[in-house]
Amino acid sequence: MLTLTGKSVFSGVAIGPIQFYKRPENIIKRYHIEDIPAEKKRFEDAKATALQQLHELYERALGEVGEGGAMIFEIHQMMLEDLDYCDSICNIIESQKLNAEYAVGTTSDNFSAVFAAMDDPYMQGRAADVRDVSERVLGILTGVSASTAGLTAPAIIAADDLAPSETVQLDKSKVLGFITRRGSASSHTAILARTMGIPAVVNAGDALDESFDGHTAIIDGFSGTVYIDPDPETERLLREKKRQDEERRALLLELRGEENITLDGRRIQVYANIGSPADVGAVLQNDAGGIGLFRSEFLYLESDNFPSEEQQFAAYRRVAETMAGKKVIIRTLDIGADKKADYFGLEPEDNPALGYRAIRICLTRPEIFKTQLRAICRASAFGKLAVMFPMIASLSELQQSKAILAEVQEELRSEGLPFDPSLETGIMIETPAAALISEQLAKEADFFSVGTNDLTQYTLACDRQNQKLEPFLDPHHPAILRLIKLAADNAHREGKWIGICGELGADPALTELFLAMGIDELSVSPAMVLPLRKRIRSADLHKLSPELLAPYQL
Amino acid sequence: MKEFSYVITDREGIHARPAGLLVKEANRFASSITLAKGDKTGDAKRIFAVMGLAAKKGETLTVTVEGSDEAEAAAAIESFLKENL
Repeated sequence: MLTLTGKSVFSGVAIGPIQFYKRPENIIKRYHIEDIPAEKKRFEDAKATALQQLHELYERALGEVGEGGAMIFEIHQMMLEDLDYCDSICNIIESQKLNAEYAVGTTSDNFSAVFAAMDDPYMQGRAADVRDVSERVLGILTGVSASTAGLTAPAIIAADDLAPSETVQLDKSKVLGFITRRGSASSHTAILARTMGIPAVVNAGDALDESFDGHTAIIDGFSGTVYIDPDPETERLLREKKRQDEERRALLLELRGEENITLDGRRIQVYANIGSPADVGAVLQNDAGGIGLFRSEFLYLESDNFPSEEQQFAAYRRVAETMAGKKVIIRTLDIGADKKADYFGLEPEDNPALGYRAIRICLTRPEIFKTQLRAICRASAFGKLAVMFPMIASLSELQQSKAILAEVQEELRSEGLPFDPSLETGIMIETPAAALISEQLAKEADFFSVGTNDLTQYTLACDRQNQKLEPFLDPHHPAILRLIKLAADNAHREGKWIGICGELGADPALTELFLAMGIDELSVSPAMVLPLRKRIRSADLHKLSPELLAPYQL
Repeated sequence: MKEFSYVITDREGIHARPAGLLVKEANRFASSITLAKGDKTGDAKRIFAVMGLAAKKGETLTVTVEGSDEAEAAAAIESFLKENL
């Protein structure tokens, strides 16, 4: 058995015989030509055929993986039509009286070398696109077609690297998975494989030798491992992993539309976190009950000036309408610390995580805050919105924020603009201070949402940007769980609800504890919604609650 | 002749997709459209030239537009940059 390790691009297990991808070899001959116009016409004809093929590939990819994945073939068409590229080819034909194949090959080498020499890894990767386009033209010129993969039976495809055009042309009913010696997980090929849902490992190294053609291999896309000629025990384990994975996928499909209810009948809301309106599709697809955290920073970070009320209104309204009556909680501006936009003119700070950020900016620059609150209130007329203030550390910060909100609503009322007067107003619990005074805050806020990432950082005095501190940044620390329990008890005492929207909400090791604490809502990334539902549906709190809660009673 | 500057705010800079879209947009116009980053310049209608600038977040592009439809072209390119980069 030979074990190779590479980078996984899609988690899943594939088992089958290896088939090496045979790329038709275009051996480029160099010879002198006499008839320059005829040779240029050979190139132009080949180019026209290649453009037609790329157009067909684009249409095909559009149907299989959507516009984002298909765009690469449109870019390939542009590369082929690029004047500098074509001028270089024609120039070699004309000035050196050399054949079209040689001219294309040399131009390909030169242009890909320019990308390969750039200091940015993404741009270096584009050298492969130049070669892919050029190979296509060469294949047409030499009459060796590159368009058939020639697969007869289901197999795991092995190759040095696969071009995006080769990946999309693979017959999906016969490709079990693929392994490449080189390639990166961020290449267009990897992205296509991921979208097509094919288990794949790239950059597996030179030990992937052609002598293994026909041998049995197993791809473990969870760990990025490939086993060639697996021993019986490995095969048994991986077949079991494959079975579990398939079962899990099937189960998740089955769980769509089911309730988030424990065995002993406790219900909890499972919502999703999003960073832009583009994520709403994933929210609906994964059957989330609402959006528990809509980060509004994208509007500020993707812009080179303060986004206008109209721009913000359009984005919030779109999400409110798409969610069609399901709750959408918009967190107001959380700029500062690691999220910066130049036009805010924020001065560099020695200690940005403890610095001028989030609600602190909003309360000192109310004009920015009011624009956002106006947009949120106006959008509230088009769905079920709620607003949430980040980084609250004192009661007066919440009271000031609510006063500004009330002012904005009064303005809208006098302007005759519609809004939802019952808009829920909540706060993030992400400073230890907020958790400790949650008794007072619960009287003023409609709900709490625990931001566990910052709560962990501030409680443990551990900068979450500093990788060296990772061993110390323990989100399971009893101090954090006690603070969450305290906030939950205080919220419930006032008849308010509490959710968790940080990464901890998706941690399966804590699901039962959160349920036992009485957490009302968990908001997680869209892909985690159904796994979390499964976890909830298999929990039985009757038996567990007292022993789970004992360490956190105050 | 029209000229304006734009500072890239997109985290990934001019990578293949926006470069492709920019070339498409530039080709709608008759005017010549030149992008400059520092002392490097490139024709906005040619994808290799645009990608070759390797312009990243925080870097300034100077756009020069010259031709019969320069006013319209400059406005279109400027709004394209704001929306996509």
